[in-house]
Amino acid sequence: MFFRMIKGTFIHQWKKMLMIALTVALGTSIATAMLNVMLDVGDKINAELKTYGANINVVSKSAAIVSSLYETDEATDAYLQENVTGELLTIFWANNILDFAPFLDGQVKLDGTDQKVTGTWFHYHLSFRKKGSDYIRDTGINNLRDWWEIVDGERYDEQADFYKDAGDLFAMVGENVAEKKNLKAGDEITLTGKTTEVVKVVGVFSSGDNEDDVIYLPLSTAQRLTGKADLIQSISVSALTSPEDETSQKVAKNPELARPEDYELWYCTAYVSSICHQIQEAIPTSSASAIRRVADSEGDILNKTELLMTLITVLSLIGSALAISNLVTSSVMERSQELGLMKAIGAKNVRIAGLVLTEILLVALVGAVSGYFIGFGFAQIIGHTVFGASIDMKGMVAFLVAVLIFAVTLIGSLPAIRNILRLRPSEVLHGR
Amino acid sequence: MASLLELKNVSKIYGDLHALDDVSLTVEKGEWVAIMGPSGSGKSTMMNIIGCMDKPSLGQVLLDGKDISKESQTSLTTIRRDKIGLIFQQFHLINYLNAVENVMVAQYYHSVPDEKEALAALERVGLKDRAKHLPSQLSGGEQQRVCIARALINNPEIILADEPTGNLDEANENIVLDIFRQLHKEGTSLVVVTHDPEVGEVAQRTIRLEHGKIISDEKNENFVE
Ligand SMILES: Nc1ncnc2c1ncn2[C@@H]1O[C@H](COP(=O)(O)OP(=O)(O)O)[C@@H](O)[C@H]1O
Ligand SMILES: [Mg+2]
Repeated sequence: MFFRMIKGTFIHQWKKMLMIALTVALGTSIATAMLNVMLDVGDKINAELKTYGANINVVSKSAAIVSSLYETDEATDAYLQENVTGELLTIFWANNILDFAPFLDGQVKLDGTDQKVTGTWFHYHLSFRKKGSDYIRDTGINNLRDWWEIVDGERYDEQADFYKDAGDLFAMVGENVAEKKNLKAGDEITLTGKTTEVVKVVGVFSSGDNEDDVIYLPLSTAQRLTGKADLIQSISVSALTSPEDETSQKVAKNPELARPEDYELWYCTAYVSSICHQIQEAIPTSSASAIRRVADSEGDILNKTELLMTLITVLSLIGSALAISNLVTSSVMERSQELGLMKAIGAKNVRIAGLVLTEILLVALVGAVSGYFIGFGFAQIIGHTVFGASIDMKGMVAFLVAVLIFAVTLIGSLPAIRNILRLRPSEVLHGR
Repeated sequence: MASLLELKNVSKIYGDLHALDDVSLTVEKGEWVAIMGPSGSGKSTMMNIIGCMDKPSLGQVLLDGKDISKESQTSLTTIRRDKIGLIFQQFHLINYLNAVENVMVAQYYHSVPDEKEALAALERVGLKDRAKHLPSQLSGGEQQRVCIARALINNPEIILADEPTGNLDEANENIVLDIFRQLHKEGTSLVVVTHDPEVGEVAQRTIRLEHGKIISDEKNENFVE
């Protein structure tokens, strides 16, 4: 009987029921999309961030101690051998190391004023043989600093046809230096340190930070200018890493004291801490540490985006509740005679309210299920257009959305239920 | 033994309008009473109070010796469900349910729907062959008979009909009156509100209302058992 009556309503009031289903579908789809994007995109962006920008810094052990004592990395005078750089390719997680470059800083004179120079690899061809294995990698700051904007000229590339056999007297000049000294691509500049080198400006770059005050040189040129043959100060490493968790952080603090199985798991997971640990094993004179700078500022934007999405979700749910309350109330009003009659022939309030609620919740269920899938589509569109990543469906979102929509539908039905309770059969049945 | 229904000094007051004004009335079991009066005299108000759909402003209403004038809405619903069968001028059938389903709705809210019993009730009003028709496929008279079957289905103590023939032509009016005669013979108590003299005259007893007061209450001389 109950279901015959529900069926009757669906057939009789299909337009209203369809509207309720659509409203619920809309609310559900927005909530689903927003929550999925919110919960998923954080991880996605973090993963994205790790694909560029250096997130591990390697220095010599003594430099690390001095810098932690004086909280500065200027006053260090400790160096690594240039040839240890290749050892990065021998660690367990070598495949997760995307790019790296050695650095050597120095002060030289340019037109009588002090000028900071940094020697590095741009697009270096690294190739060596160790313990019967061949290690080959092309790496350098052209990848590590792929956000550099070339304002003039081009990027220096030691492997490009033009530069391959042309020596190492080339320079990439930071935007601020170029402006101060009025330099452009093709100019020759004279740098004086331990030696004097005349280098040709290949390009002018803008990085948006203090690298704009630096002249980047091939490593060998910088080594001659600073008199540090075969030496480097640091290595920047960009690696794909897994997010740290509680155990990993515990093990990382004291790998020697960790339980063997914890250590094993940690060592074989691409945590930043375990990669650092492996680098220090491969280069015993080094100290490797994670840098979080880039991720943190991006995280801030992410937080604001999440706040915005939460707001949109809340507003859309409030909107749905209002629309549902309108529709359900008008549906109940339209049926007031029928509901009044049920009361007159003995239906208690609970049973009528139960009937109406069952109808609404059934309709809402249909709306919610279709809305969930539409929302999944929305999430993918948002993911791809805004964040450049596809969105994984999270079970937790389905649960959360189900609870929210259930609550919204119930709250939206409250005014109608109150109408049902107040409905007096004597008033609707006798056409006074 | 208590009377089936007893109104003691009942008034229903809306603002300063006395829709019912100090009405006292007793109906015995098995009686067939017509309540007559011009429009606005308080007939429907009286029906609503007897039918447990409204409470009097003043006075007592005893149904089966039990005072119902102070009961809560919920227990009034229960009393109405168990003791009263209602017939309306506008029939008030649920338009998406067929005839037998409309009868079953009353069973559903009373206890459990029983299609056999519902069909038997339709047979009593001569509508067995229309059981699967929707209200829109039935004539006014047929709809009113479905309404009567619905009122009868839970074996009420008393049938209350408000202008049951108000929307019917003479032929159908006679069919309905025949059913009432039949019910009366079977011992059902009937209270029928009407402004139609023909419907009033066939009852056992006629009560006339005017401005909320009873102006006459007489047995019908010509009444044939
Ligand atoms: N809910 C109400 N509010 C105010 N006045 C009412 C209400 N119900 C009925 N009345 C008034 O009470 C009087 C009696 O009404 P009613 O019992 O419906 O008359 P009848 O059924 O005899 O035509 C009328 O004047 C009507 O306007
Ligand atoms: Mg009336």
